[in-house]
Amino acid sequence: MTTMSGPNEGTGSRDGAGAPLLAIRDLHATVAGREILKGIDIVVPAGEVHVVMGPNGAGKSTLSYVLAGRDGYEPTQGEVVYQGQDLLAMKTEERARAGIFLAFQSPVEIPGVTGVNFLKTAVNAQRRARGESELDAMQFLKLARRKAKELDVGEEMLRRSVNSGFSGGEKKRYEALQMTLLEPRLMILDETDSGLDFDALKTVAQAVNGMRSPDRSILMITHHQRLLDLIAPDCIHVLIDGRIVSTGDRSLAHELEKSGYAQFAGQAA
Amino acid sequence: MSAAPTPAWLDALRRDARARADATGLPTRRDEAWKYTDFALSGAAAYPLAARWQDAVPASLATRPVAGGVPLVLVNGTVVGDWGAPDGVTIGRLDSPDARSLVEAHLGAVIPAARKSLAALNGGLFTDGLVLRITAGTRLERPIEVLSLGASDAASGPLSFHPRLLVVVEEGGFATLVESHRGTGAYFSNSVVEVALAEGAGLDHYKIQDESLEGVHVATLGVSVAARAVYRGALLQAGSRLARHEVHASLCGRDAVFELDGAYLGVENQHLDNTTFVTHAAPGGQSRQLFKGVLDNQAQGVFQGTVLVERAAQKTNAHQLSKALLLSAGAGMSGKPELEIYADDVKCGHGCTVGDIDETALFYLRSRGIAEADARQLLIEAFLADVLEHVSLDPVRETFTAVVSERLRRARLGKEDR
Repeated sequence: MTTMSGPNEGTGSRDGAGAPLLAIRDLHATVAGREILKGIDIVVPAGEVHVVMGPNGAGKSTLSYVLAGRDGYEPTQGEVVYQGQDLLAMKTEERARAGIFLAFQSPVEIPGVTGVNFLKTAVNAQRRARGESELDAMQFLKLARRKAKELDVGEEMLRRSVNSGFSGGEKKRYEALQMTLLEPRLMILDETDSGLDFDALKTVAQAVNGMRSPDRSILMITHHQRLLDLIAPDCIHVLIDGRIVSTGDRSLAHELEKSGYAQFAGQAA
Repeated sequence: MSAAPTPAWLDALRRDARARADATGLPTRRDEAWKYTDFALSGAAAYPLAARWQDAVPASLATRPVAGGVPLVLVNGTVVGDWGAPDGVTIGRLDSPDARSLVEAHLGAVIPAARKSLAALNGGLFTDGLVLRITAGTRLERPIEVLSLGASDAASGPLSFHPRLLVVVEEGGFATLVESHRGTGAYFSNSVVEVALAEGAGLDHYKIQDESLEGVHVATLGVSVAARAVYRGALLQAGSRLARHEVHASLCGRDAVFELDGAYLGVENQHLDNTTFVTHAAPGGQSRQLFKGVLDNQAQGVFQGTVLVERAAQKTNAHQLSKALLLSAGAGMSGKPELEIYADDVKCGHGCTVGDIDETALFYLRSRGIAEADARQLLIEAFLADVLEHVSLDPVRETFTAVVSERLRRARLGKEDR
């Protein structure tokens, strides 16, 4: 059964499911002066997995960058409330420390910065922000090794420069490692399934599923069905030309797989 | 300007140099090699010559060696204090009778006289200097450290001085030299270091240029590398309002090796110049140069690198790379890499890039909760990482890193002030 409904109606009805961790309301954003997001409404209650699906160029990655606070992705209208705070007023690093984690579609290679140094700096920056004591080198290494093992991330990858020369699969596993180390409240997975073989996909999905909890939410951005077979979503949003044109349960994804995005083309205009 | 009393044989050398300096005059921007660095504008040429230093080392200038080596200290160009030379090493003043044969054989011979530089001025005006001789076959474990300290104050006014160092490593000998330049107040340090490596000899040479930011530092380094000898240099330029490190290296024996890694860090209104001339004169030589510069605020950087491969120097392998990172719109970089090749069977490469911080990498780091300033620092250190990795002596590398961190902090403060 597919629930076809307008975006506001659909997300509105979900408000009662739990306190929303994230509420995006009428979000507009421009990139290089061009409007890419033209009024997005998505409400993600704590503990839920929401999926944003849409064709290439619909604005999926723009949405994830706006939420993470990337320069050049300028919100022009609307609001994003995260844990009761005005997310758009926060700096990128403040958002991360408040528990937002963006798993990049193309993780960035940073030659010269070793994995251990990067991960330890990030973990300790977040611990400091939460008023926790920093981990010393030994404590951190112990933790990182344990988490890396769970994710099939080789120890030599921790010593190498961040993402430098990693294969597509290694990069995605490395993102998952960062996620498990940083233990975010809201995970934004931007096309995490792209360029992954099935084994790597399964490892990443296991890591994500292992982190699911009643107070942690996931916003998954994809245009493939296959990740949804591994990470069961609560809600699907269809994004076309900068707008959410439909919101529904899991069956909406199957519908999309059968009939494609063309059925929504009229609504996007 | 009166020089200190010295033996007649040294005076003769000095008069020659002085005559050459007078004949060529001081460099101006009309000289090709000084196109990007306006020495005349610095006003340093007018600073009176510092008197021979009579006192102890000023308390304001700590003289702790960087790497626990044998310390040799110069204040305003005058050798201060005493030293104990390790076995197989002779350390002496330039004007000591023991030094005469070495000085006559090498002083001024390593740096080509035809090129206009401030080396001749040093030759005419140095008040004191040191000669190091590593005897054949001596492999020295403990580094030798030369600390050149500059000191001037309101009472003395700005001063000039001309530190001079001659290093001779005989056949199969090896030594590590750590050269540090620091100081307080306004002064002009015009240093000349000459290194003569005999067959199969080796020198690891580290230089930390962390002079007073009111100072002007011009250094000319001459290196002659005989057959199978190996020179490895690592340089940090961080001090002085105007600085130039000019290198003349000659690979004059078969299979000689010359390596030079340089990092420079400019903030505020600093002008930092690195100029190198590397000549391959014999077959099978290898030279590698890597310069990485970070420039913030209004700082200006210069890199000029000339590699000359003579006809005889077949099977030469020469590589040169200069990269600069500009951290603010006011910072700038100029220069040119140059290859002149007259042999036909060689491998030579050069590159020169100028860029700014990778915004994507910065966003990635910040998206993990790392503060922007810390993320920038990580990326800057990463940019310098390959130069720092070549600094194999741990305490020297730590000093390089510490000076870099301190300068970046200063650059940030400079931005917040505005």
